[in-house]
Amino acid sequence: MSIRSYGGQSVEVNDEGFLLDQASWTPAMAEAIAEETGLAPLTEKHWKVIAFCREDAAREGQAPGLRRIAKLSGVDMKELYKLFPKGPGKLAARISGLPKPTSCV
Amino acid sequence: MKNLSIIGAGAAGTMVANHLRRELSADWILTVIDPAPEHLYQPGLLFLPFGARDEAKIRRRRGRTLGRGVQWIQRPVQLVDPDKRKVMLEGAESVSYDLLVIASGSHVRPEETPGLMGSEWRRSIHDFYTLEGALKLREALTEFRGGRIVLNVAEMPIKCPVAPMEWLFLADAFFRKRGIRDRVELIYVTPLDGAFTKPVCNVRLSHMLKQKGIHLETEFGLAEVDPDGQKLVSYDERHVQYDLLVSIPVHKGAEFIGASGLGNDMNFIPTDKHTLRVKGQDHIFALGDATDLPSSKAGSVAHFQSGVLTRNIMRAIRGQSLLMDFDGHANCFIETGFGKALLIDFNYDVQPLPGKFPVPGFGPFTLLGESRVNHLGKLAFRWLYWNFLMPARQLPISDQMSMAGKQVVTEEEMMKAAV
Repeated sequence: MSIRSYGGQSVEVNDEGFLLDQASWTPAMAEAIAEETGLAPLTEKHWKVIAFCREDAAREGQAPGLRRIAKLSGVDMKELYKLFPKGPGKLAARISGLPKPTSCV
Repeated sequence: MKNLSIIGAGAAGTMVANHLRRELSADWILTVIDPAPEHLYQPGLLFLPFGARDEAKIRRRRGRTLGRGVQWIQRPVQLVDPDKRKVMLEGAESVSYDLLVIASGSHVRPEETPGLMGSEWRRSIHDFYTLEGALKLREALTEFRGGRIVLNVAEMPIKCPVAPMEWLFLADAFFRKRGIRDRVELIYVTPLDGAFTKPVCNVRLSHMLKQKGIHLETEFGLAEVDPDGQKLVSYDERHVQYDLLVSIPVHKGAEFIGASGLGNDMNFIPTDKHTLRVKGQDHIFALGDATDLPSSKAGSVAHFQSGVLTRNIMRAIRGQSLLMDFDGHANCFIETGFGKALLIDFNYDVQPLPGKFPVPGFGPFTLLGESRVNHLGKLAFRWLYWNFLMPARQLPISDQMSMAGKQVVTEEEMMKAAV
């Protein structure tokens, strides 16, 4: 556990950089995390995925897995890998201020 | 009379049924629903490709594994109707329940990946998570004279997340013993960002893969298999060639879970991670591989859950609050080849650590270190499974993980120790 500063705000993150309190997340923080992970600047497509992840997590009580994002966000798997290279499920969750999806455990 | 039904009589369902039969009063009818005539000891599948000939000992007729007083309905389930508290069976029949336990497991679904199940399935493309697949792979390895073997995990979660590494360690030993290891390339292609998800254990296993000359390709999101070009293709357009592909296909929960609206996108059931009650359902519990819990899909987990679940069902019947007792406890032997194995013991919060198990300072098992005794433990486990675990007899190991005997080390310290 450590404290990091994203978008001018100090937040607690776990060893893998995931926010501990998803309520503390702000869009400015997403940009800052994207900067840190080499994804910045975030495009409209990125924001579409982030918005879906936030809404879905609020509704379902847990971060959506990659398969769910590809099925329901309107952005397909291939594109998700372009937008969030390597591990899109994990990366999208982290930028959206959500915990690591359980399917990654 | 009241009815308690259990869907699925694999390891999880069988242990719960045999536990509950001793706990429930005589006014409860206990029914298990499972269409398969045999119970398969799944850990036994690992050794078959490398020449083990004990396939008769890893299966038992279902009737022999269920204790007296457990009714067995040998039919597939079509749907669960939680409002009417009914399980609809294929055909027109149904079973009513007062309480339901879902233990329908997870199942490999090779048809989910384009190209996997085409003309090359069970020729140059194999699996070992089914009895048929493991036996066919045994033939293929016997005939293998050299080339590149790729072991691929299509998607997480899978049953027994350490099995891919065990398979590779055993393959390394198999080809060394046959004197052709220098002609065989072994590659592990995984969607994860390392050999294993838990950091300290990952350091240990990555080091072992390297020592044994097994190449690791990470963060590989499998899009399709090209069976004619003999290559794996990822979503980010990386290609990995193979001569022989050993696939651990996509896993999903049972179809009826999706059809009943009880599952997530993979048909795994959203379940409370400490009480094991299905979320949003007062009369349904779930355990084993069928749940969406962030614990390993492994027999040991189902074993520890079966104790917690039995206590919670008895509390639900008496109108008491449920215990938050399940801590994600898992305990797994990892075969490393040449008659040795590692043992790992962990839960939701504590990753696998080095030490001794179950008696601190003594063992006889070594945690996160290779030993001959660990391997013997793994072999003895089949006997223990049939004679102690399935009949739900008491074992001297608690359902909850214990820190006794474990050394708390960091990833960095482990890294130093490994080199």
